[in-house]
Amino acid sequence: MDCSLLRTLVSRYCAGEENWVDSRTIYVGHREPPPGTEAYIPQRFPDNRIVSSKYTFWNFVPKNLFEQFRRIANFYFLIIFLVQLIIDTPTSPVTSGLPLLFVITVTAIKQGYEDWLRHKADNAMNQCPVHFIQHGKLVRKQSRKLRVGDIVMVKEDETFPCDLIFLSSSRGDGTCFVTTASLDGESSHKTYYAVQDTKAFHNEQEIDALHATIECEQPQPDLYKFVGRINVYHDRNEPTARPLGSENLLLRGATLKNTEKIFGVAIYTGMETKMALNYQAKSQKRSAVEKSMNVFLIVYLCILISKALINTVLKYVWQSEPFRDEPWYNQKTEPERKRNLFLRAFTDFLAFMVLFNYIIPVSMYVTVEMQKFLGSYFLTWDEEMFDEDTGEGPLVNTSDLNEELGQIEYVFTDKTGTLTENNMEFVECCIEGHVYVPHVICNGQILHDCTGIDMIDSSPGGSGKVKDDDSVDGLKKNQLSRRSCIYISSSPDEVALVEGIQRLGYTYLRLKDNFMEILNRENNIEKFELLEVLSFDSVRRRMSVIVKSSTGDIFLFCKGADSSIFPRVKEGKIDQIRSRVERNAVEGLRTLCVAYKKLTAEEYSNAQKLLQNAKLALQDREKKLAEVYEKIERDFILLGATAVEDRLQEKAADTIEALQKAGIKVWVLTGDKMETAAATCYACKLFRRNTQILELTTKKIEEQSLHDVLFDLSKTVLRHNGSLTRDTFSGLSTDMQDYGLIIDGAALSLIMKPRQDGSSGNYRELFLEICRNCSAVLCCRMAPLQKAQIVKLIKLSKEHPITLAIGDGANDVSMILEAHVGIGIIGKEGRQAARNSDYAIPKFKHLKKMLLVHGHFYYVRISELVQYFFYKNVCFIFPQFLYQFFCGFSQQTLYDTAYLTLYNISFTSLPILLYGLMEQHVSADTLKREPSLYRDVAKNALLRWRAFIYWTFLGVFDAVVFFFGAYFLFDNTIVTSNGQLMTTSTHMMFGNWTFGTLVFTVLVFTVTLKLALDTHYWTWINHFMIWGSLVFYVIFSLLWGGIIWPFLNYQRMYYVFMQMLSSGPAWLGIILLITVSLLPDVLKKVLCRQLWPTATERIQKASRHCREHISEFTPLACLKSPRYRSSDCSNSPARRSNSHSKKMMFTHWRGVDYSVLPSVFGYSNKHCRSSAGYRYSGSGLETSV
Amino acid sequence: MKNKTSSPPREGEARPSRCPDNSAFKQQKLPAWKPQLTIATVLSSFFLTGAFCLSVGVCLILSTNSVREIQIDYSDKCSDCSKLRENSSNWNKECHCSVNFMLKEDILGDVFMYYGLQNFYQNHRRYVISRSDAQLLGRNVNIQKSYCAPFTTYRNGTPMAPCGAIANSMFNDTIDLFYNLKSSVIQVPLLKTGNSWWTDKNVKFRNPKSYNLSSAFAGTARPPYWQKPVYLLDEEDERNNGYINDDFIIWMRVSAFATFRNLYRRVSRIRQFADGLPAGNYTFRISYNFPVTKFKGRKYVILSTVVWSGGSNPFLGIAYVVSGTAATLTGFVITAIHLKLRKKKAYFQK
Repeated sequence: MDCSLLRTLVSRYCAGEENWVDSRTIYVGHREPPPGTEAYIPQRFPDNRIVSSKYTFWNFVPKNLFEQFRRIANFYFLIIFLVQLIIDTPTSPVTSGLPLLFVITVTAIKQGYEDWLRHKADNAMNQCPVHFIQHGKLVRKQSRKLRVGDIVMVKEDETFPCDLIFLSSSRGDGTCFVTTASLDGESSHKTYYAVQDTKAFHNEQEIDALHATIECEQPQPDLYKFVGRINVYHDRNEPTARPLGSENLLLRGATLKNTEKIFGVAIYTGMETKMALNYQAKSQKRSAVEKSMNVFLIVYLCILISKALINTVLKYVWQSEPFRDEPWYNQKTEPERKRNLFLRAFTDFLAFMVLFNYIIPVSMYVTVEMQKFLGSYFLTWDEEMFDEDTGEGPLVNTSDLNEELGQIEYVFTDKTGTLTENNMEFVECCIEGHVYVPHVICNGQILHDCTGIDMIDSSPGGSGKVKDDDSVDGLKKNQLSRRSCIYISSSPDEVALVEGIQRLGYTYLRLKDNFMEILNRENNIEKFELLEVLSFDSVRRRMSVIVKSSTGDIFLFCKGADSSIFPRVKEGKIDQIRSRVERNAVEGLRTLCVAYKKLTAEEYSNAQKLLQNAKLALQDREKKLAEVYEKIERDFILLGATAVEDRLQEKAADTIEALQKAGIKVWVLTGDKMETAAATCYACKLFRRNTQILELTTKKIEEQSLHDVLFDLSKTVLRHNGSLTRDTFSGLSTDMQDYGLIIDGAALSLIMKPRQDGSSGNYRELFLEICRNCSAVLCCRMAPLQKAQIVKLIKLSKEHPITLAIGDGANDVSMILEAHVGIGIIGKEGRQAARNSDYAIPKFKHLKKMLLVHGHFYYVRISELVQYFFYKNVCFIFPQFLYQFFCGFSQQTLYDTAYLTLYNISFTSLPILLYGLMEQHVSADTLKREPSLYRDVAKNALLRWRAFIYWTFLGVFDAVVFFFGAYFLFDNTIVTSNGQLMTTSTHMMFGNWTFGTLVFTVLVFTVTLKLALDTHYWTWINHFMIWGSLVFYVIFSLLWGGIIWPFLNYQRMYYVFMQMLSSGPAWLGIILLITVSLLPDVLKKVLCRQLWPTATERIQKASRHCREHISEFTPLACLKSPRYRSSDCSNSPARRSNSHSKKMMFTHWRGVDYSVLPSVFGYSNKHCRSSAGYRYSGSGLETSV
Repeated sequence: MKNKTSSPPREGEARPSRCPDNSAFKQQKLPAWKPQLTIATVLSSFFLTGAFCLSVGVCLILSTNSVREIQIDYSDKCSDCSKLRENSSNWNKECHCSVNFMLKEDILGDVFMYYGLQNFYQNHRRYVISRSDAQLLGRNVNIQKSYCAPFTTYRNGTPMAPCGAIANSMFNDTIDLFYNLKSSVIQVPLLKTGNSWWTDKNVKFRNPKSYNLSSAFAGTARPPYWQKPVYLLDEEDERNNGYINDDFIIWMRVSAFATFRNLYRRVSRIRQFADGLPAGNYTFRISYNFPVTKFKGRKYVILSTVVWSGGSNPFLGIAYVVSGTAATLTGFVITAIHLKLRKKKAYFQK
């Protein structure tokens, strides 16, 4: 198993250096080629075993332990444990060994189980039967025995056992349908094509007689790229060579559909299949909380070391007098006396380290992990985030980032499929200046905006073109399901187009033997022969087909984005169509332009030759094809344009508004064109009526230099902002910024490009400065990598904001991987985004609850958890430190071993874990209703240094109270058990273990009650856990002290707890000390609430207030505080008028210096279409209509 | 949102399999008590705490004031003896001294006699672990494995019984109390049993089983600093001899701090002493064996009574009073702040 992996690795690394490895030769059916053609070099390929497991049975223990101790915390605890084993330490190694063992075992069991599942899955996969062709017969074998070169038969609904070259299928046309749902999540059926020369072989004998070799590239992870060549030998003739592309390659993991059976030859097997190569571990993302936790850890480590150092030094100072070092009653043993002073001091230092090591608790890591893991279930369980339509709920791919959801400052969202439905509806088409709208015919409704629309009947010339238009669309067909006659395609645009055209009277019937059949309005079937397809790619942004009509004319039709069509057009009603296209774009419709040209037979044969050559190329096929396309696709006649509407997702606007109120900046990154994208932004309220739009587009940069544009923009933004901050006293200025920035991909790459003179950072800084002052940014015409670039730019800017990227398509994956939190929409464009994301949700609207409610809760919970853990361990260990001053720095422990061990494991662990799962400081509904509460926790507010220091000092204070409280109780006169209560009527003495137990009892009660005070949400489980763990402590202590434990060599705790409880003063002392240590915290809370309440606390108060006087207002309306009103602008009319006056000022200023921003103010109300469901009045985009 | 939660999932409709069930727990909507820090609860809790602490504190102070206690530092008063003990070679020389004191008032009730030591680090780690609980349970164990070193065995291999530094350094002064009534001297009857924890005496400390005590300890030797073997600790009372000797048990309970006192004797309430110790002149006769000057320590003998709240320690009472006062004052401060803020709010509303 390992061997094959190694080989793969080796061959992959070698591939870069040596040429011959770049391609592989496969002998189909292991038949040697006819002599004389090529030397027969059998190559070695790995077998078809899939290994996804990490461990084997015998290497599990060492490998897993190694993996686990690579974590710094585990390593630290291991060191402590080893120190305890080696030197004579005050605490037994059990105290740190047991928790560590527990943690390691639990983790190992979890990982082992996961690996076992992987093994099982691997085995099932490797052993499933596969049909081979051997000597003309069908043989069944286990999948793992499959070799490269074997001919395999796959039946309907079976998965392909390895990567196959498609030789023939039971379908006559040599095609098969495949769904790649388990590979990239696209459930649509895709068509694959058999090799032309072999598609006639239909049975085992025929296929076995095939004599061919395949040359192809070495395995690559890219699912959609494949280049190869097949040489078929026909008895003694020259071999015929055929190009192989990804349309011939059936991938492992995909499933055969609607095809009875196929034959294929294995070319990549086992770990070399594209599926296996795509198993890539994602890079580990770490949350801000984890980072600050690590910082705190370092602080505590420093505290720990300094404590140990102080004690060691003091010990030797104290011992310098011999009567203290070795009094007559306490003599050293001989070896102790002889030991070297330096060694002794070092051992002492280590012993102190061990004594205080509990300040960094092992259990914190376990609790944090469990809290995250279990907590993430609440997300997947959430009913509100479940989408009824698709039957999908949220997915959690990593629970490490739960709390990061409460810290988001920037949201980068994709447009299509994320903000919009990606559910296309054909709206209109415009052919040679005439506009056709399907609805007019369908419902006979009178359109609101009829000017410029001719009825279809009035344009007989046009209808002919409609047909042509239709035929173009039809070519993009992927599959026609025979039964239902529903057009299924991977591109929703095409579905919409075909359906729309159908409503106009032209029905696309099917593609049969390269003939497209179209039913026209006269119920005649027109046939077009499909000659070539120049397929779509996102660089060209267009695709073309060459068809031959029934009359014998050859046409090339091209459809694509306006920007890629218009430059290639030489005639047609360009201006009319362009205006229509732009108008549609402004309305948020997706537009496509269609152009054609007529080819002469000569031109066609030229083009065909070029294409054929490029397609056969083994090297750089993509590049060559692109060149050929470029040559062919030119000098078009513009035919028309289509418009397809992509509706907004429900509540997208509401969600964006809420996010913005929560202080999150929302950026839209899209590959769409500016006008469409901007319209969507208005529709989803990213840009509001009063938003000033700043443009940073290629067009503007052409007019001015980039430098000037940037400086002008920054001047505008900063001046505006300056006036704002002067006007308002509240610091929350994000609400008042009414700037929106639009930037396109080309401009962005100019900004990102390092300048020649080396001052590369300059533009970036300026750009960032502008962005920071804009409430919304729209980036259009973005390539996938540019999306990631933007995210990275913001991520690494000087404030290091927390970013979130959300998208649904494969083009969003890079950005999802780059952002702090990546969220995938389980959408129509496949599952690639969802698979690569940290969290996946069904709809964009779920982001609101995910961030505002779940994220907020997660953050509040984990920050309390982290702080509380440090606090309780300070409380725990600081008395121990103080005790050293009273026991001659001899490392005497204050608590018994059992208490030391169990304190973090069982006495105080469950309540805080439960708090970390259940706490709701305000109700979920309130959080959702008041997005501004999100600001309360922004910027890691609960884990700032101030909070951390407060908690630490609280811990120290409590520890001092416990220790000295008990000290004074014991001092001078003894705490004595009351004689009268005891039958023996005596007056007994308490020793050091009683002292420790007293301190420990106060400690356990105090820290548990402190948590109880912080809990705002008491379910029965909380009650059970909190009171339960206190009861458990008491019961445990009774039991621990109640028996002479036979396996222990000391009985120091025997009856100590009971004796303590039988003493009245001890009870009084415990009650007093608990009260005293809790009071300051309560007082601080009360005072802070009274004097400096946070928004959350106001809401808490107000919601209670509202509940009392059944009020119809939102809690905010009940608030009387003037401070609050100023912080939330949208709810107060005063704010709004304020912002209006700002705008007036701005306008005025612009009037003075108009040339600065020529296009910013080109708003026109003309475009406001009342029926569109959204409108924008104050501002809009300049268009050329 | 409310509609959504209140409407139950429609029956008959097959919900998709991945649809989560809407149990209150999974939807984080378990019925819960949501305590709020309202001004009423805060103030009432502060005032209640204050009142409670104050009342308990006053009671404690009153009751502690009724405790009578006499503490006598005899480390200097027997200066000859202490000098003698500085040299460890004189360990078998006896030294007696007496300390006189006068009671101006009667001490009524149970009177307890303690010895106190200062600067004696019983809580030193090396000292604390230097014992063998298994041995003290009367089991026949190999004490070489215990932490008793260096007081485990003699050079010749004879194990020490009991082993360890704690046992070895047992307090071995004997203190007797005499009441000087006119010219006659009456020895105050003192009880030397019943002073230790019942569980210690009956469970945790056991003599090895044998037909008599000396044979039980055969093959062992006394600790080096002891004057007599363990089975001669109390020759008069079989049930107070060997490991179950009360003085020994009490000594073996290691103190928490370097200054401590251990219960030594109780005054037996018979004859003249039925009500406690009457006023008058008393004498402690001390057989001075325990050296303290070597570690700059001090020795005390203490007579004290006990009340329900313990001994004569005023700390608890004072602490209660102080924290009660603090809580009450804080309550007033919070009230003041609240009233002020409310006035301000009212002003803004106008």
